[in-house]
Amino acid sequence: MGAFRAIFKGDRQADRVVPPSGFTAQLTLFAASAMAFLAVFALALSLASGRLAQVWGQELAQSATVRIVAPLDQRAAQTEAALKVLQTTKGVASARALTDAEQEELLAPWFGPELAMENLPVPRLIEVVEEGEGLDPVGLRLRLSAEVPGAVLDDHSRWRAPLVAAASRLRLLGWISTLLIGAAVAAMVTLAAQAALAANAQVIAVLRLVGATDDYIARAFIRRFTLRALLGAAAGTVLGMVAVVLLPDAGEAGGFLTGLGFRGWHWVVPLLVPLLVGAVAFAATGAAARRTLRELT
Amino acid sequence: MIELENVAYSYGGGELLSDITLKLAPGSFHFLTGPSGTGKTTLMKLCYGALLPTAGHLRMFGADVRGLGRDDIALMRRRVGVVHQDVKFLDHLPLTENIALPLNVSGRQAEAGGTDLEELMSWVGLTHRADALPPELSGGERQRAALARAVIMSPDVILADEPTGNIDWEMSQRLLRLLIELNRMGKTVLIATHDLGLIRATKAHVQARVLRIANRRIQLAGADL
Repeated sequence: MGAFRAIFKGDRQADRVVPPSGFTAQLTLFAASAMAFLAVFALALSLASGRLAQVWGQELAQSATVRIVAPLDQRAAQTEAALKVLQTTKGVASARALTDAEQEELLAPWFGPELAMENLPVPRLIEVVEEGEGLDPVGLRLRLSAEVPGAVLDDHSRWRAPLVAAASRLRLLGWISTLLIGAAVAAMVTLAAQAALAANAQVIAVLRLVGATDDYIARAFIRRFTLRALLGAAAGTVLGMVAVVLLPDAGEAGGFLTGLGFRGWHWVVPLLVPLLVGAVAFAATGAAARRTLRELT
Repeated sequence: MIELENVAYSYGGGELLSDITLKLAPGSFHFLTGPSGTGKTTLMKLCYGALLPTAGHLRMFGADVRGLGRDDIALMRRRVGVVHQDVKFLDHLPLTENIALPLNVSGRQAEAGGTDLEELMSWVGLTHRADALPPELSGGERQRAALARAVIMSPDVILADEPTGNIDWEMSQRLLRLLIELNRMGKTVLIATHDLGLIRATKAHVQARVLRIANRRIQLAGADL
């Protein structure tokens, strides 16, 4: 920690012992900012898909639908019967048949608002809200098939499970991408530091000869690369966050397809990217410097 | 200061130096001579810890070098000034900063801007070149700058390996006078050179002992010089 603090405090004189390197410095800056930019998106992806999995899991787990498919003249009677069954079923908090108006609204996107519903054999939908442990779909299906022949129970789990699994997998991929980006930053900084150490072999030899400790020499290089990576990553993070802010909003039409972006405190997460990149650069340069110095007298 | 006891150094299977016993007492002035390739530079490197003896014991300021860590060696080098034949500087820094480098790396920056530095610069006759970059210096100026850098920490020992190797006679006389002056101030001096003329010229001013490396061993050269 003390060494990390020394990086920021700085030693103007120690900085000067390593000759400036214009072009490679810019490459390090560029690579760090590009990596940070990508990391912001990987994080946005991970957090958004995590949110998606949670939303789908929660909202859909607590609801089910019963469809009454029956000739028009029996529909009302069967709906009544099904509601009665549901009221006496364990795990059901409430059951409510959708009105014609509500069903019309649901179908409007497909058939248009002018549809005359009363003449069509559209199944009646019953919205079931579950409570506690939820209902037992197998038992309910048996009872419904005995008492209401036209009722079909859809407990949503059939299509919910693969959605939640897909969202969870997406989140995992997002986190793996973030880790890979971190590893790539470490590799890139190590290569850059190694090149700088090799190019400055004479500087290091002179410093050793006049009594500089390994720490002093390593610090001069570590400081330079940590600050470079930090600066580049900060720029990349800002650009990445601006790009996320400017993402078009899916709005109401997106429904629970939550937008790819940050929500609430998640906005803090990308701000950690530059700090982590700096820490990675600090460790990578330190390791490279110590490895090089051990081979010298 | 620096003591060698039955020290041997070998690499690549062959023994370059063997059974070297030598003691550099405080305030002594030694020359190390012998044909090139006999191990003068190797012996110098052993004396400042750049190489470790493969046999025997080498003590710097009382501590066996084999027991020293890398940081101990670094601290030790602050007490030993080294001048090489092909002296290396930090080519991107002006001369003054190069000469003050030992102060800076040992955390004594405050002294780097002081009057001591100015005095030292004028002592080696480089005041007018203070802002020059090392590649702009002549051979003689580089050697004098190297000497200034070697002594800025006021070391106890000064090791000079062929310090006059690529400078003319007059310049080497000047450099030698500086080394003699340092010896009179109580510094231990060891100069490796194959230039017998230089040794003769020195002997008129200071009581110097001449060591010769021959057949991998070190001998005290006689009065023939």
